[in-house]
Amino acid sequence: MDKKDRIVITGIGLTAPNGNSIDEFRYNLLNNKPNIQRIDMRYIGPVLAGVCNYDSLKYQKRKEVRNGTRAGSIAIYCSNEAIHHSKIDWENLNKFRVGIYLGITEHGNVETEEEIFNISQFNHDIKYWSHHHNPRTVANNPAGEVSINLKVTGPHYTIGAACAAGNAGIIHATQMLRLGEIDFALAGGVSESCRTFGIFASFKSQGALAENVDPNKACRPFDLHRNGIVVSEGGCVYCLERLEDALKRGANIIAEIAGYCINSDATDAVLPNPERQAQCMLHALEKSKLSPKDISILSTHATATHLGDIQECDALRLVFKDAPHTYINNTKSFIGHTMGAAGALELAGNLGSFRDGYIHPTINIDKLDPLCVLNNIVLNNPVKVKDINSILNNSFGMLGINSVLIVKKYN
Amino acid sequence: MTHQKVKEIITDIISNIAPDEDLSNIKPDVPLRDQLELDSMDFLDIVMELRKKHNIEVPEMDYPHLASLDSCAAYLTPKFLASAKP
Repeated sequence: MDKKDRIVITGIGLTAPNGNSIDEFRYNLLNNKPNIQRIDMRYIGPVLAGVCNYDSLKYQKRKEVRNGTRAGSIAIYCSNEAIHHSKIDWENLNKFRVGIYLGITEHGNVETEEEIFNISQFNHDIKYWSHHHNPRTVANNPAGEVSINLKVTGPHYTIGAACAAGNAGIIHATQMLRLGEIDFALAGGVSESCRTFGIFASFKSQGALAENVDPNKACRPFDLHRNGIVVSEGGCVYCLERLEDALKRGANIIAEIAGYCINSDATDAVLPNPERQAQCMLHALEKSKLSPKDISILSTHATATHLGDIQECDALRLVFKDAPHTYINNTKSFIGHTMGAAGALELAGNLGSFRDGYIHPTINIDKLDPLCVLNNIVLNNPVKVKDINSILNNSFGMLGINSVLIVKKYN
Repeated sequence: MTHQKVKEIITDIISNIAPDEDLSNIKPDVPLRDQLELDSMDFLDIVMELRKKHNIEVPEMDYPHLASLDSCAAYLTPKFLASAKP
């Protein structure tokens, strides 16, 4: 592959319910420290959720936090952290050649619900509806807030791809860098979803909202007694650039994009399709010029719904039946489902493996569901592996959108 | 309701919508935008807060009256007095 087509990750900024930096996040994933809590949700009451506690005033004024959105604030925090992590000479970078591409599952629910509640206090008179509503709810909001905060004059937009969006943001940035449209990308995914009652209420009506007396045991993918999704917020933004540019500036190369695929089930709004998921993984492998047995870590999407986990396991059996050295894990068991951020955060949770040689576990599996039995699921404790060279990261979403991203250690 | 009380109400509103600003030395006769980082959206916030908290309407044509604390007091004091009547 031509050097200019080789795209590398050179910085990571994130906030997850159990960590506000790549190192803190990694430490907690290797030391069995999840963080799910019970919060009070308007119209519903107590619900389980993953909530972030990053310092929103680190990169924003109080007025900017007040006038903007939570997703925008998360995106600003993660983007600034990623830039610092990358050690890029940001001051002298041509900002017209920087692209911001952020995956979102949804955006605007939080702000719209808030305004409807607000005018309900005034007999639903719309003269009390905030003039901030439109800039808060336009679909490009989180990326747009980043462009204003960082004075980026290149393209900025979000990619609406349900819960496949985090991968989709990174994939899109890779494509734009290869096309030569930009020289530097801030890309990943963000979510403020744990602040909208509508998402909780909808999952509850669907019978897919997790409950457990111990919040930290609520998200239990592949466990026989799993009972649904824990909705979380979070964000993860990567600095991506062409390999030749990264080498030129002596950047620390964290990983290289090996391959990817986005496809569609075209079958059902909520029920995943294992054949299409398998096709997505196989095509990403083909693009990577890797076979299933070459994959060191398979980071699963599984959200701990009864059927969704089984469907993904069926897809994995189709692809990885002859891959005895591929280890399988799940990051959601620690942080819940961070929706638009999920793909990006779950990849970040695993990237540390290239450096420390450990694979973080899937926690909360007391009894593995017989329908979810797979070779080498890393159960409850991390494992140390000799050679970790590649990660295949699954991220799937409603309306049947699948995204698979493969990264490899840079050699 | 006095001019001084109206100025305090406006200052209190600004402290909420522009919480990063130092409001301890505002010159009442100088336009607010000349001494504070306020934009047009912030002035709409002031109008909204007057509506929500004090039931006072400021028509768009009268927005220039909100330029300084003095002009706010001159314009709004009669409105506060009118809204206070039973």
